[in-house]
Amino acid sequence: MPWMSPLARIRDALAGQRARDKDLRNLVSNLPYEGLDKWKQPNRHFRNNGIKTTKYSVLFFIPMNLFEQFHRLANLYFVGLAILNFVPVVQAFEPEVALIPICVILALTAIKDAWEDFRRYKSDKKLNRLPCFVYSSKEKCFVEKRWKDVRVGDFVKVESNDIVPADLLLLYTSDPNGVCHIETANLDGETNLKQRRAVPGVCITVSNTDILLIIHAVIRTGCLGFSHPDLVLKQHLVYLKGHETKAMLNNNGPRYKRSRLERRLNIDVIFCILLLFTMCIIGSLGHYLWLESMPSVPLYLVPQTDGHLDTPSLSSFYKFFSMIILLQVLIPISLYVSIELVKIGQIYFITNDLDLYDEETDATIQCKALNITEDLGQIQYIFSDKTGTLTENKMVFRRCSIMGREYPHKENGMFLCGPKRALKMYIYKIKILMFTKSLPPNQQETEVILDQKLLRQIRGTEKIDAYQDFFLALAICNTVVVSMATAKRLRVSARLTAEFQQTNQSNPLDTLSSLVRRAGSWTRLRAPITSETSANDLTTQGQSVNQTGGQTCSLHVPPQGTAPAVPAGKLCYEAESPDEAALVHTAKAYGFVLMSRTPDSVTVQLPSGAQLRFEVLDTLSFDSNRKRMSVLVRHPISKQCILYTKGADYAIMELLETPYGEKQQKAIASDTQQHLDCYAKEGLRTLCIAKKVLCDGEYESWAVQRQHALAAMDNREQLIMDSAVQIETNLCLLGATGVEDRLQDSVPDTVMTLREAGIQVWVLTGDKPETAVNIGYACRLLEQDDLVINMSCKNLCYWEKQSCSADPRNVDTTPDISLVIDGRTLTMLMSPDLRDRFVDLARHCRSVLCCRVTPLQKSEVVKLIREKLKVMTLAVGDGANDVNMIQAADIGVGISGQEGMQAVMASDFAISRFKHLKKLLLVHGHWCYSRLANMIIYFFYKNAANVNLLFWYQFFCGFTANAMIDHWLMIFFNLLFTSVPPIMFGIMDKDVSAEMLLGLPELYRTGQGKGEYSFFTFWISMLDAFYQSLVAFFIPYFTYRGSDIDIYAFGTPLNTISLFTILLHLSIEIKAWTIVHVFIILGSVTLYFIVTLAYGVRYLNYSGYWTLQAQMVDPMFYLVCLISTVIALLPRYLFHVLKNSITCSPIVEARHLDTLEPSTRDQWIKEWRSFRGRVQDKTSDVSVPPSPSLENLQDDTKQVKL
Amino acid sequence: MQKKENQEVENRPDNTAFTQQRLPAWQPILSAGIVIPLFVLVGLAFIGIGVALFVTSRNLHVLEVWKNNLLWLNMALYVFFSPQGPVFFYYGLTNYFQNQRAYGVSKDYNQLSGDLDYFTFFFSIVPDSTCKPYRYDVNNKPIVPCGSLANSMFNDTFNLYQMKNGVKEEVPLDGKGISWWTDYNIKYRNPSVNPLRNAFNGTVKPLYWSKPAYELDPTDTANNGFINQDFLVWMRRSALPNFRKLYRRITDGLPAGNYSLEISYNYPVIAFDGKKKVAFSNVSWMGGKNEFLGIAYLVIGSLCLVMSVVMLIIYAKFKFPEED
Repeated sequence: MPWMSPLARIRDALAGQRARDKDLRNLVSNLPYEGLDKWKQPNRHFRNNGIKTTKYSVLFFIPMNLFEQFHRLANLYFVGLAILNFVPVVQAFEPEVALIPICVILALTAIKDAWEDFRRYKSDKKLNRLPCFVYSSKEKCFVEKRWKDVRVGDFVKVESNDIVPADLLLLYTSDPNGVCHIETANLDGETNLKQRRAVPGVCITVSNTDILLIIHAVIRTGCLGFSHPDLVLKQHLVYLKGHETKAMLNNNGPRYKRSRLERRLNIDVIFCILLLFTMCIIGSLGHYLWLESMPSVPLYLVPQTDGHLDTPSLSSFYKFFSMIILLQVLIPISLYVSIELVKIGQIYFITNDLDLYDEETDATIQCKALNITEDLGQIQYIFSDKTGTLTENKMVFRRCSIMGREYPHKENGMFLCGPKRALKMYIYKIKILMFTKSLPPNQQETEVILDQKLLRQIRGTEKIDAYQDFFLALAICNTVVVSMATAKRLRVSARLTAEFQQTNQSNPLDTLSSLVRRAGSWTRLRAPITSETSANDLTTQGQSVNQTGGQTCSLHVPPQGTAPAVPAGKLCYEAESPDEAALVHTAKAYGFVLMSRTPDSVTVQLPSGAQLRFEVLDTLSFDSNRKRMSVLVRHPISKQCILYTKGADYAIMELLETPYGEKQQKAIASDTQQHLDCYAKEGLRTLCIAKKVLCDGEYESWAVQRQHALAAMDNREQLIMDSAVQIETNLCLLGATGVEDRLQDSVPDTVMTLREAGIQVWVLTGDKPETAVNIGYACRLLEQDDLVINMSCKNLCYWEKQSCSADPRNVDTTPDISLVIDGRTLTMLMSPDLRDRFVDLARHCRSVLCCRVTPLQKSEVVKLIREKLKVMTLAVGDGANDVNMIQAADIGVGISGQEGMQAVMASDFAISRFKHLKKLLLVHGHWCYSRLANMIIYFFYKNAANVNLLFWYQFFCGFTANAMIDHWLMIFFNLLFTSVPPIMFGIMDKDVSAEMLLGLPELYRTGQGKGEYSFFTFWISMLDAFYQSLVAFFIPYFTYRGSDIDIYAFGTPLNTISLFTILLHLSIEIKAWTIVHVFIILGSVTLYFIVTLAYGVRYLNYSGYWTLQAQMVDPMFYLVCLISTVIALLPRYLFHVLKNSITCSPIVEARHLDTLEPSTRDQWIKEWRSFRGRVQDKTSDVSVPPSPSLENLQDDTKQVKL
Repeated sequence: MQKKENQEVENRPDNTAFTQQRLPAWQPILSAGIVIPLFVLVGLAFIGIGVALFVTSRNLHVLEVWKNNLLWLNMALYVFFSPQGPVFFYYGLTNYFQNQRAYGVSKDYNQLSGDLDYFTFFFSIVPDSTCKPYRYDVNNKPIVPCGSLANSMFNDTFNLYQMKNGVKEEVPLDGKGISWWTDYNIKYRNPSVNPLRNAFNGTVKPLYWSKPAYELDPTDTANNGFINQDFLVWMRRSALPNFRKLYRRITDGLPAGNYSLEISYNYPVIAFDGKKKVAFSNVSWMGGKNEFLGIAYLVIGSLCLVMSVVMLIIYAKFKFPEED
């Protein structure tokens, strides 16, 4: 680098800063500056394209990591204690010993962080080294460079199926229309293709200087007109780089949720702190009294250096802190580390469960929230989406109604009802019929059986316009992208994706969850049909031209050409929603084949074989407020301006033209409505198709307005929507379609089981009430003999009146009430004055269906129930519209289905089928909860039992904060000897087998509400800890009292008893012993003896030298240990025996059943279920006093039904 | 095609007993029926142990004598038992807190291991600062052995005489091997200087000591310095404030009869309101006389038996229906 004055450098740096901060970026091409020094580069201020997701650098790892770690309160506590121990007057341990726990914890965390960071570094490196083609003016062609060497201002060539290395501005594509299609699954999880257009008006034919000018122009337009997504493919100007790409900017850390158990646990930690303080105060007071009681200064009191003694009060003040150091273990800081480890283990088992693995998609469950596994065992409410969650979201065209005439497509319905195998055979046949070589991802969309009547109708000449219009609308009015079935999309290698995704998490447990996350800056590309050939043409052409003299640049536009005709069978449709795809396929089946789609035109092949090329004037895309979409086209023959609209029935019906004279139109509308109702009752998803013919003047005036809206900077969305609403009026109804969405496998069974488990299942859907109710019956959410209260706007006022007189709390005396609410009613019910009553009513309903709700309402309902009833909620959904709900619930479950990955990305757990919920909750949820709850309780007990020994000893050593156990051994006790068993207990214990849990869903109820971990159980175990420590201390005390036993020889049996008590206590608590359990428990005991014996040799330890060795040759040692352990454990043992013998909790009974033969067991389960089922009906009422006015109430509710 | 199939099941979890949580497990259910034999067994075993302990303890004898706060004492004793084998002669203190932390750490390991480097004064490093304030005297001469623990060494001496027909006959007291073998042979070492006193040149004796370390036992030159048996016994700190420490062994036993105990009273106990005692005891495999453990075993053993009966009743009443 040549010399530059410092001032110039500063000025340069400042200019760079300004350039980066500006909203409006002025970019200059790098080409003219190629080969120049770095500081002369125009884009030197912008960061390079290398990504770095690592947190640390090698040099500063230790300080940075320490800094990070000291943000945790727990670590500060440890450090504080360690520092305190360096103060001589309060010293309780050798200072270096006190440093061990904090050092171990810091070191473990640092190693884990370093390892994670190293993996991030490796994957970064891999990504940064990926090749891409950048134009070089020296070489006069595109040269291969690594991703990280791409700079702002470079021209990049991206080929079909390449990954986009940075955010790019699309300048040119090989497609004649300047279009390319990209897949953005790595950005937003949407798997459908998106169209991007090259910047219009860029003509790249001239020399370098001209390019420079053009680029300036381009950027200016960019700022005025288009938004970022318009920036892809073929030859690009690099726009944003590396860390500044959209993907990196949007990449947030993992979500942190705190489980209910953990909140409860924190309260108990506070109790522990209080306990610790009490004990320290007792110690301090005791020390004071002890000092005061001495007549004068005895020999054993050690004065200060200057020979004087501290006053008793000062000394006891110091002792308070010494006590804190001594008894610090009472606050189970290591518990948090252990809980994390336990959760890693639990998640390992959940993700490895074969039952949660879906063969079809090759997907296991993904656990994204790593610290709420135990919440799975406490769920009381499930809020489920319908489409894609309960159903497959694989749409099959079932029926249609055109111009008021119904075409039932009976055969189509038949094979859907048949068993799966038959279905497959049928599909096969159809495939052959349709000459499709390879199936698109959504298999069944393509299978449509033609209705003969309708076919005749089309073939005939009668009413040709309306029928043609209907199918044209089906073919045109969508955003389906046409591609070749042969040019299959190249999937980004799954491994690479996963790796990169992992690097983006700062979560410690990422190894175990291969989370599909918002990934890197690359988007998958898909070239249009002719891309390959023309791309080759382009490069060869460019090269040859450049070789001959370089008058023209390689970036020129090849001559315009029409797309070659493609045989219809090879077309592949990529749709944003499965409904669209189903309709397009239907149109195709009837001969109206969508051939290609560009931003400006749509080509459709008619049954006659003629191809019509419609000019697309505008596309009014779908939004959830309008609930419809429209396409405005110009008919190639009549040159008419036609608007095709497709949308939800109510959204269309409102907008129909109301010509007073025309009876026919009215009749069509009412007939269609009738058909629609009928479809809905069958559980079909309905759509209405309408059209409108505009005169040119009308269109032009509207187009101006539209242009304004599109160019607007503020409030653009609203303006665009308004303009859409403006033109979608006075529509002419063409017909309606009914599309079936089949239920997923074993959904009814799952819903039933969940309900038996005491979980209320709510369905929140955007569908019509009729459809929803139908699905509700199909998945056994509603039963035939249920009392279904249908609340909709019309009868709300009535209901309000009714509910004033009849307290809804009593409604539950009729056990099976189901509630169906529609969106508008829900809005009213959510109003502050009604919401309490609504919640009250809903609480007593067996199931609730909310229809036509918006995404926001979904989350509001979840929040309302969660807050008002203080219950654990779970929301499950698959689409972008469920994201709000998933985030609002305690646990969000995403189903990775047909609608992209947004739901999965927002979720805590991602499953592939709804039925997996059953095992996830009933088995894993139950296990995780009971394991963790027991582990935490045990952990509190363990620490208290161990530390109390020291506390009791204080009464015999003048409260001087001395320990009778060597400090190293004390540290090892928690670190080595008793740390692994509770973790194993928390990961592997099994109170009831999976079969039982699935067979008796009712067992799930034990975890709901307070569950096993309550105030009561905590204090019981703390009391037990006190009792056990008393025994472990005082039995040896009375045995050795008055003898010549020395301090460490006395401490050895205490420590040993403590170890045995703690481990045997765990053994009592362990419900299922496997080889691992035996190994770990025995291993811990062995380790204790090995380490203590090894520690007894001379050079390691002076004061405790040979202690255990001496004790182990004394028979008294064994006798004392034996009896103390037995006495200490007797109460708990008895308690368990009595509990298992006398009380009959479901869990205990289930455990008894578990020991039986599988066949007998199954029979028992059956009997029990039938027995319980009867009892259940009765017991469910117990909590509420029986209503005196039962009959009246039933009358009331029935009226409500009206 | 083959490759594709592999790819399809790439994410499939392993089907092993461990990952599927199907390891063969033993699920014991602690219920009345199962624990009855256990309780009976434990009860019987404990009663057996208890009886053995109790009987052994009964056969042991202890004679404890509390001392008044007199300076010189001639105490007449009557031993009414004649135990078999050697009798141990203990001295004891009450209310004496050897187990405090500051007191316990107040010593210099290196010094006591005989490292001559630690016999000199080197400001703030040698002797170990834990010895404060018994580190060096006013002339900056190091105290050897330094520290509070050594400083406070018990220094009463005892002589025991048997009165045989009015004649005082001294009972031979064996002071060898009364400390831990490891303390005497490994842990504590004298500096290898001959004669020993030369090693202590330039040092001073602990404040409260009447004799320097190398003259602790005038009768036996090998029993001096840091491996003096009494010193070793003292340096092994007691666990509890009321303790006894072995003073001597009477190898030939202690036949019943009249004895006289001569005590040179040096050690002050008024300051901590303590008492001194001497005790004679014989020992067995279970150490000194102690009835507590035997009784505890008996009680718990019987409790277990009672419990087994209770369990039997419970078992009869609350049988799990499967046994029907």
